[in-house]
Amino acid sequence: MNTSTDDRNMPPLLEVENLVKTYSRKQFAGPREEVRALASVSFSIFRGTTLALVGESGSGKSTLALCLACLEKPTSGLIRFEGSDLLRLGERDLRAIRPKVQMIFQDPASSFNPRWKVLEILAEPLAFEGTRGRDEMRSRAHVLLQQTGLSSDLGEKLPIELSGGQRQRLAIARALMLDPELLILDEALSALDCSVQAQIANLLVELQSARGLTYLFITHDMAMAAHLADEIAVMSKGRMVEKGLPDKVLKQPENEITRELLAAVPRMDRSGPRAES
Amino acid sequence: MESILEVRDLSVSYRLRGGDLHRALDGVSFGLESGEVVGILGESGSGKTTLAVALLGLFRRDSVVASGNVLFQGKDLLKAEPNELRGIRGKSISLIFQEPSVALHPTMRVGQQVRRVLAAHGMSDRTELDRRTREVLEALFGEEAERMARAYPHQLSGGQRQRILIAQAIACEPAVVVADEPTASLDPTTQMEILHVFRGLRKTLGLAMIFITHNPALLSGFADRVMVLYAGKVVELGPATETLVSPKHPYTQALFRSIPPLDEPHDAGKRSLPTIPRDANLSPWPPCGCPFEPRCRERMEICKSDDPGFVNLSETHMVSCFLYENQ
Repeated sequence: MNTSTDDRNMPPLLEVENLVKTYSRKQFAGPREEVRALASVSFSIFRGTTLALVGESGSGKSTLALCLACLEKPTSGLIRFEGSDLLRLGERDLRAIRPKVQMIFQDPASSFNPRWKVLEILAEPLAFEGTRGRDEMRSRAHVLLQQTGLSSDLGEKLPIELSGGQRQRLAIARALMLDPELLILDEALSALDCSVQAQIANLLVELQSARGLTYLFITHDMAMAAHLADEIAVMSKGRMVEKGLPDKVLKQPENEITRELLAAVPRMDRSGPRAES
Repeated sequence: MESILEVRDLSVSYRLRGGDLHRALDGVSFGLESGEVVGILGESGSGKTTLAVALLGLFRRDSVVASGNVLFQGKDLLKAEPNELRGIRGKSISLIFQEPSVALHPTMRVGQQVRRVLAAHGMSDRTELDRRTREVLEALFGEEAERMARAYPHQLSGGQRQRILIAQAIACEPAVVVADEPTASLDPTTQMEILHVFRGLRKTLGLAMIFITHNPALLSGFADRVMVLYAGKVVELGPATETLVSPKHPYTQALFRSIPPLDEPHDAGKRSLPTIPRDANLSPWPPCGCPFEPRCRERMEICKSDDPGFVNLSETHMVSCFLYENQ
């Protein structure tokens, strides 16, 4: 965001220092082996900005996301969110933080209960919080349906009756029910058609400027990363090998891995359609 | 040049539970010449997968109503007997699916799975089977072929699994390979690798291919011709270079505009991407007229009521749009 220059004087919303996550994997009839999914990752994200995380499959992007959402416990390191150290908080204090970090996954179809109606799906996060009444829940759900570009008469529909784009809008609406600060979008556009990706990308930009949201946008798509992000971070083998402004990373990549990722992007000579538009 | 596969006026409808018909393909016609790659571009619901399975007659005849012709070597596959089709599928025309992890048998070594394709198509001599299996795997894995052959699917990466599917597809030296989004589930580096494999096979085997995708950039420098599907209809068909660089149909143009560019400066702050208004899946099937009309920014009165048919812009480029009618 352009407004982020003001926010840079404030401490970052999220600071990660030397984060390490190792899994121990038992091979069939083989020795136990240690897999380093994250090998000392450090970075920070400022409020109201977007950090795009790119890298090949298996580079540790999703592990990082899960650690930040407190869904995985890192082996060592530090995650500071709004000043509090997440790894040293007890479950009770963590419960107060969790609503502020929400995740959106690649396939919205598999992240909803297929038998629940849209309104029930939206209500669930609030029920977990347990403090709001039914009427407030409904009115909030309707506001969010509207803000995410869904018509309020979808409230009684089942997820299967929605299109792919509508489901992803619903996933975003659900994530916003608890007024989060940070949205972690793990390949949230990848399963959508190009034209629908553009619609959802625009929605994300709108919501960010309206609500001052902070995004961690995990993707394979370099062009979409550059379009949405204030900064792009490149991951490889559990390390963040490069981080910088989109134009810098795209045009003067410093790391070999970044150059390889860029070389793999299928390109099209687009002078024609662009010139005409 | 002679077409090896000729699709004429193909329409396919699925019978819905209530007995109504849902039309997935509507009057699709095109030819595939030998050694040619035709890229089929379409978003979900455009009928691209229906087209892939229709080319091999791979649907239950009781739930599907198909009309038109799919002519392969003079035979109409839509009317062929099941045993005739079995001889053609996988041998003369093969299909590569989108998701390699579900297309392979989980508890059978992958070398065996390639070998079984050969055995199913009449190769019975053991040494011959071994030789050909090795040969095909070597074409895809080089020196690693032997090690790969012994692996189970779960031990392979997505890209390696996709190579096994390709090995199965080319094992019998088919005349035509139909690939339905073969790289959709892969990351860009692996995607590039697999495209490279296809390019190589095309050169060495002279394969004719139908490559189905929703990503136009994948077709650039690979496909000879591009056919754009929208709501089951062909809206544009032309040489790849021309169609990808200067598309003519308003849908193709809008689709390309909605993809963020990689090479433009990004320091100007966040702009919104040009989108196509409304949702394709929400527009009811228009009883007549152009299917893209409700979302088209250049729509005219006539688009609501009349089928635009095809306008030939050149000998090889056609577009289904009234904008070009008087050219």
